[in-house]
Amino acid sequence: MKKTFERLLQYIGQYKGSLLLAAFSALVSSVCALFAPLIIGRAIDGMTAAGKNAWADAPRVLLLLLLVYLCSNIFLWLLNYLTNGISYRTVNRLRRELFEKLGVLPLGFYDRTAHGDTVSRFINDVDIIADGLLQGFMALLQGIFTILGAIVFMLTLNPWMTLIVVLSAPASFFTARFITTHSQKLFREQAACLGKLNGYAEEMIEGKKVVSAFRYEKRARQDFNSINAELYETGVKSQFISSLSNPSTRVVNNIAYAVVGVFGSILAIHGSLTAGGISSFLIYAVLFAKPFNDITNVLTQMQSAAASAQRVFHILDLEPEPPEPEHPAALKDCSGHVEFDDVSFSYVPDRKLIEHFSLDVAPGSSIAIVGQTGAGKTTLVNLLMRFYDVQEGCIRIDGTDIRSMTRDGLRSLFGMVLQDTWLFDGTIRENICYARPDATFSEVERAAKEAGADGFIRRLENGYDTRMSAEGGSLSEGQKQLLTIARVMLANPPMLILDEATSSIDTYTEAKIQKAFAVLTEGRTSFVIAHRLSTVLTADRILVMDRGHIVESGTHTELLQKNGSYAKLYNSQFSHGNSPE
Amino acid sequence: MGKLTVYLKKYRKECILGPIFKFLEAIFELLLPTIMALMINRGVDRRDEGYVLRLGGVMVLMALLGYGCAFICQYFAARASQGFGTDLRNAVFERILSLSFSQSDRFGASTLTNRITNDINQLQLFVAMMIRLMIRAPFICIGSILMSFFLDWHLALILLAATPVLALIIWFITKRTAPLYRSYQKKLDAVGSVLRENLSGVRVIRAFAKTKQETERFRTSNDSLTDNGLAIGRISSLFNPLTSMAVNLVIVVILWEGNIRMHVGNLSQGQIIAFINYANQILLALLVVSNLIIIITKSMASAARINEIMDLQPDMPSPASGPEGSADAPAAEFRDVSFGYHETGERALENITVTIARGETIGIIGGTGSGKSTFVSLLPRFYDATAGTVLIDGIPVGQYPLEKLRAKIGIVPQHALLFTGSIADNIRWGCADAEEEAVRKAARIAQAAEFIEKLPEGYDSPVDRGGANFSGGQRQRLTIARALVSDPEILILDDASSALDFLTDSKLRSAIRENSSTQTVLLVSQRVGIVRGADRIFVFDDGKIVGCGTHRALMESCPTYREICLSQMTEEEAAK
Repeated sequence: MKKTFERLLQYIGQYKGSLLLAAFSALVSSVCALFAPLIIGRAIDGMTAAGKNAWADAPRVLLLLLLVYLCSNIFLWLLNYLTNGISYRTVNRLRRELFEKLGVLPLGFYDRTAHGDTVSRFINDVDIIADGLLQGFMALLQGIFTILGAIVFMLTLNPWMTLIVVLSAPASFFTARFITTHSQKLFREQAACLGKLNGYAEEMIEGKKVVSAFRYEKRARQDFNSINAELYETGVKSQFISSLSNPSTRVVNNIAYAVVGVFGSILAIHGSLTAGGISSFLIYAVLFAKPFNDITNVLTQMQSAAASAQRVFHILDLEPEPPEPEHPAALKDCSGHVEFDDVSFSYVPDRKLIEHFSLDVAPGSSIAIVGQTGAGKTTLVNLLMRFYDVQEGCIRIDGTDIRSMTRDGLRSLFGMVLQDTWLFDGTIRENICYARPDATFSEVERAAKEAGADGFIRRLENGYDTRMSAEGGSLSEGQKQLLTIARVMLANPPMLILDEATSSIDTYTEAKIQKAFAVLTEGRTSFVIAHRLSTVLTADRILVMDRGHIVESGTHTELLQKNGSYAKLYNSQFSHGNSPE
Repeated sequence: MGKLTVYLKKYRKECILGPIFKFLEAIFELLLPTIMALMINRGVDRRDEGYVLRLGGVMVLMALLGYGCAFICQYFAARASQGFGTDLRNAVFERILSLSFSQSDRFGASTLTNRITNDINQLQLFVAMMIRLMIRAPFICIGSILMSFFLDWHLALILLAATPVLALIIWFITKRTAPLYRSYQKKLDAVGSVLRENLSGVRVIRAFAKTKQETERFRTSNDSLTDNGLAIGRISSLFNPLTSMAVNLVIVVILWEGNIRMHVGNLSQGQIIAFINYANQILLALLVVSNLIIIITKSMASAARINEIMDLQPDMPSPASGPEGSADAPAAEFRDVSFGYHETGERALENITVTIARGETIGIIGGTGSGKSTFVSLLPRFYDATAGTVLIDGIPVGQYPLEKLRAKIGIVPQHALLFTGSIADNIRWGCADAEEEAVRKAARIAQAAEFIEKLPEGYDSPVDRGGANFSGGQRQRLTIARALVSDPEILILDDASSALDFLTDSKLRSAIRENSSTQTVLLVSQRVGIVRGADRIFVFDDGKIVGCGTHRALMESCPTYREICLSQMTEEEAAK
């Protein structure tokens, strides 16, 4: 906890100038705010003393009061202004650093963590840090100055009265604290209940088609109502208890106000306090209680800020990818000669996946990789693209170890189409020219035509300017895949990777795309990973993988003749087409 | 907001009594400075300690009475606001379930869920604040001014004169910041969306070596958010200093005027102290108002979002009662049916006319987006045809009560979705009161019984949300069992066996056939192997049926079908 705070302080430490000025503003505005009651007391006493005569000092004293107020408010504004600036800038910096960190994290991070959780760290946690740390920090500063200052000012007036005020303020602090700790437990219960309700509603709404198809509406409503009723019970309790916090501190403050008044009056009767003095003390009693209430809030805020900071730092502290080589090798005119040399790799240390794998791919040849789910097909691509690094052995392109190139340099040699289509929030045209933002419209159009996407794009209301939301709007999975294929067509890379690229497209459309792929793979080294064998029949070489090893390798005809794993796989997909009806 | 007050009706008592008790609390609180003035004027001047102590006792009593009132008010506020939220939540959930798919598709599940939770929570807070503070804050302001009139009307005029200035400050700040708060929320969403894209598209981004550009994109979006935040800060940081300066000025003027009036002998020192106190009360109340304004702005936006849903009339009317279908009529019939998902967009189905006989097995095949799934989803009225008529048992589907229509149909959707509960619970979705034997039978036909019985808890095994703890093939078989349990007249399998191997799949199809000879079965698939054994096959292309007949007949007459077949099998296999 302490370390987390130290680290957080380094972040706001960036703005040392603003920070010092803010602290100074807090000091000045608190002291001025405290000075004012003293002057008011003086003024009242001055008037009283003057009696029927005009109080001569009036203009001078009131002018002083005005100046003190002005000063207090100007510095209050400065304090608000500066903390706001520091807070938003710190948030900005934290988010930027987090995002930059994401860019260098190994792919394993993305595969292992829930995306919703990461988003929440970026948005919610960072906000909580900013609020808790800065508002809290400033409230603390202001509070300390006010408390110390008020004690000093009051002591100059009357020590006995000071004692009464000093004793009364913490009473309201502890009252508030007592209620907060109790209501927090109730809040947790309420949050759990709300989470349950949220989960249920989301599940039913997401599955709305199934819900209506099976006439489940009534049953869903009953379940929802009963969770909702539970939420009502906990909600009333937690809201009621927590809402008592304000009236409770108020009643303590009001009683303190009465006590200060009574004691002040009695002291005034005995002549050791003036009427103006009572007035000053009454104001101090209010001013003095306020920071205690603020600090109650600040403490809870700071606790949650520390918890959020830990979540943010957790990401910042993750091990990044190994650094880029200092003098990276660059390949000009890549021929597409790829070698896997005795490569071993596993995602989890004690579960070996790829062991002593070697493969030599001649320039321009097409390699198909087939096998069951989990056989290691996609892992080969992950290694080739350096999404993960090999643990033993090495991979070479045109004789150069891929680890001696920059990652971007290596990756730009490949065009890749994945099973999961990824389109960003932009127009269709922007999505197609993702790799080459400078491409002309006719180039974009040609790529779309080659991919067989031009037809449906034109039928959209806004054609190439149709905006894609993150989910791709109303396009079907197959249409989205055609767009990502067009994207690679336009990029025109020396080597290709198609990782289950046509799995979500029907065989009929796929047959059309295959023709486009044939044009694209002409003369280029290509790796095709497929679950459906119809797509790999024409490959120069088919690798059949099983548990990280290549168990068979050869052309389609050779492998069928062998009558081994490939033949088995092939028959399960084709020959049983004759169903036993 | 206005429309939603209906949901407050049940809590009329709380909504009236709550503010009344708050009002009483405010009165008790407002009396304190006046009593204090009395105490100083009479008690101190006459040196009457007993009087001072008595008044002190009165003040403590009033503070406690005030607390009692607050206690009651907070209780009413909690009951009314939570009750309001609970009722509204039930109503919104019910409304969402009754929307047609074209209506709910427009919003998306996460937006709709957010409205049920976040937006209604915001409104709940609003109701509580209305009861607790909305009355209190203005009352303290007005009451302070009224009380000061009793003390001295000359000085009270100063307080009164300050109110328009304070109102102006509040108005100015709110007017300037409200749109900024709205755009801040939008920009925050934009940052989130860039981030989400980067998380889901990391492979593509890295494959295209675009990390730098994406960082730049994020930075732009992040900076724009920060600028917006700073703009809010610039304006809102003025609020506190401006209002307190205004009140401070009032205090200075009161002292100045007080000096003059005291000199004339019309004012006592205790009264001045009370005045200053009232000015400070007003200031504190104003700070509360400024917080309230933020809550009100946010609540208005939430209310608009809730109303947007409550205003939607379900566009799929369901008659309360309808005619019985005739057993002699064909099981299903499409008469010149066309359909488009969007009014202006392309038609997903065009002029479809087919008749499906009772007990027939129909294979439906075609490319992605050719209209296969749309075709079958018109039968249970997931969507209504834009033109033409869909009939079941000789009656147009629109004339059946939805409940009755859908009870005739068992559907297995493309996406095998299960729900939290046990396996038996999930299968009983199809028929809530199915006997245990019926559940087992459905599982057997769906080829699921074997793996279910191997589980340690059998049919009582828990299912995680979405069915995440089962494999794709297992999930599909469970969704098939769910559709079979009610023994529907029409069974629709919408590409429902894609994760099953051929052997299981053909076993499944024979089991369905053996189970009932009168059940009409629609098999939607991309795989020729699945549909080729059907009585008839409909071939879809671009929203039209381009071929209809047996496998053998279509191989000869339908070029599209031939092409599909040859993309999946060799010439000899297809000819078998």
